[in-house]
Amino acid sequence: MAEEFKIDDTIDITDVVCPTTFVKAKVALEELEEGQILSIRLNDGEPVQNVPRSIKEEGHEILKLDDNQDGTFTLIVKKVGD
Amino acid sequence: MATDYATLKKGGWMRQKQKNNFSLRVRVVGGNLTATQLAKIAEVADKYGEGYAHLTSRQSVEIPFIKLENVEDVKAALAEGGVEPGVCGPRVRTITACQGEAVCPSGCIDTYALAKELDDRYFARELPHKFKFGVTGCQNNCLKAEENDVGIKGAIKVKWLEDKCIGCGLCAKTCRKGAIKVENKKVIFDESQCNFCGRCYKSCPTDAWEDTHGYIVSFGGLFGNNINKGETIIPFIEDKQKLLDICDAAITFFAENANPGERFKYTIDRIGRDVFAKKITEVYNG
Ligand code: HEM
Ligand code: SF4
Ligand code: SF4
Ligand code: SF4
Repeated sequence: MAEEFKIDDTIDITDVVCPTTFVKAKVALEELEEGQILSIRLNDGEPVQNVPRSIKEEGHEILKLDDNQDGTFTLIVKKVGD
Repeated sequence: MATDYATLKKGGWMRQKQKNNFSLRVRVVGGNLTATQLAKIAEVADKYGEGYAHLTSRQSVEIPFIKLENVEDVKAALAEGGVEPGVCGPRVRTITACQGEAVCPSGCIDTYALAKELDDRYFARELPHKFKFGVTGCQNNCLKAEENDVGIKGAIKVKWLEDKCIGCGLCAKTCRKGAIKVENKKVIFDESQCNFCGRCYKSCPTDAWEDTHGYIVSFGGLFGNNINKGETIIPFIEDKQKLLDICDAAITFFAENANPGERFKYTIDRIGRDVFAKKITEVYNG
């Protein structure tokens, strides 16, 4: 999975619910440098329908979303801006 | 002062069961009132009413228990706060609206701006019977468009942009109509299932849907003694001027054909649904 991207950091937000999901992802992105790549594991349902769009609206680039076939997804995000 | 009941009724003064008492309906557009207007309504309710206001089922505000002898004073007081009396009787009534695109994340159109435009164009126009417009921002239909004589619903027509798509599958997950399948990272879009809700466009993390904002209109809704869901006769309307032309055509059809005291739905039924549909379709295609 995600072999074409060099992952700089990985977080798991399957242990929290909206809106904490987005907050956790946002904090992790803040710690990265511009151009670095974050891998986020998130739950099906509300998180997967809201978090990618919210991250995009923050200005970051969504590279990929994979269905892990276990009720979770892996979202690959490139940090844009500081 | 001589009492002109006809003028009172036209001006939103609802005669109460208590003699010489009126519940004054104020003019509201799209469900919004400014803080200044609200403060003035509160002041008048305290001074001339019984210290409360009633929120009506169609987004207006009424101040009950205004005494006949105070009508002119109340009008003058309200005018200071930019509050006008509303209407009742056989006319175009309060134009209702949800908060729409300006505030609501689901909104597809600026409902308030449209309500204001319809209000400027039609409010209080004299007709054979009451006539209601309602504007709702999207398919969630918080404002219940189809219970109005003319109901307007915000909509988004979408087109998939293959070069921007990363095949994530989110659009297919958010679509409630089963119009999208993602197979091998490619979107298969069945336009015939689409209800123009815009959820795919809103959920896509890479802006891979082109969005054209527009309107879906229903005609002949009723929600009183008789209940009828307004019917959508024509497809997605892209252009606002076209929408206004269609509203003009509907209201003209009603003005020219309705018997006194007959609601739009029954005029359409009596004259013929196909006659009306033909007229509206001509404007749509014109
Ligand atoms: C301006 C942005 C937002 C608005 C206007 C909004 C509006 C609402 C409204 C009106 C409800 C109540 C629905 C109901 O009564 O059933 C609700 C519930 C909820 N929203 Fe939001 N929301 C926003 C953003 C978000 C975000 C970003 C998240 C998470 C990522 C979120 C998560 C939730 C959750 C979990 C509920 C359910 C709460 C419960 O049922 O106890 N919302 N939202
Ligand atoms: S109808 Fe749509 S736009 Fe209007 S308030 Fe409801 S969800 Fe928001
Ligand atoms: S606009 Fe709504 S119904 Fe149409 S494809 Fe998108 S999500 Fe599905
Ligand atoms: S949500 Fe956007 S990126 Fe994802 S599959 Fe649909 S169109 Fe492609």
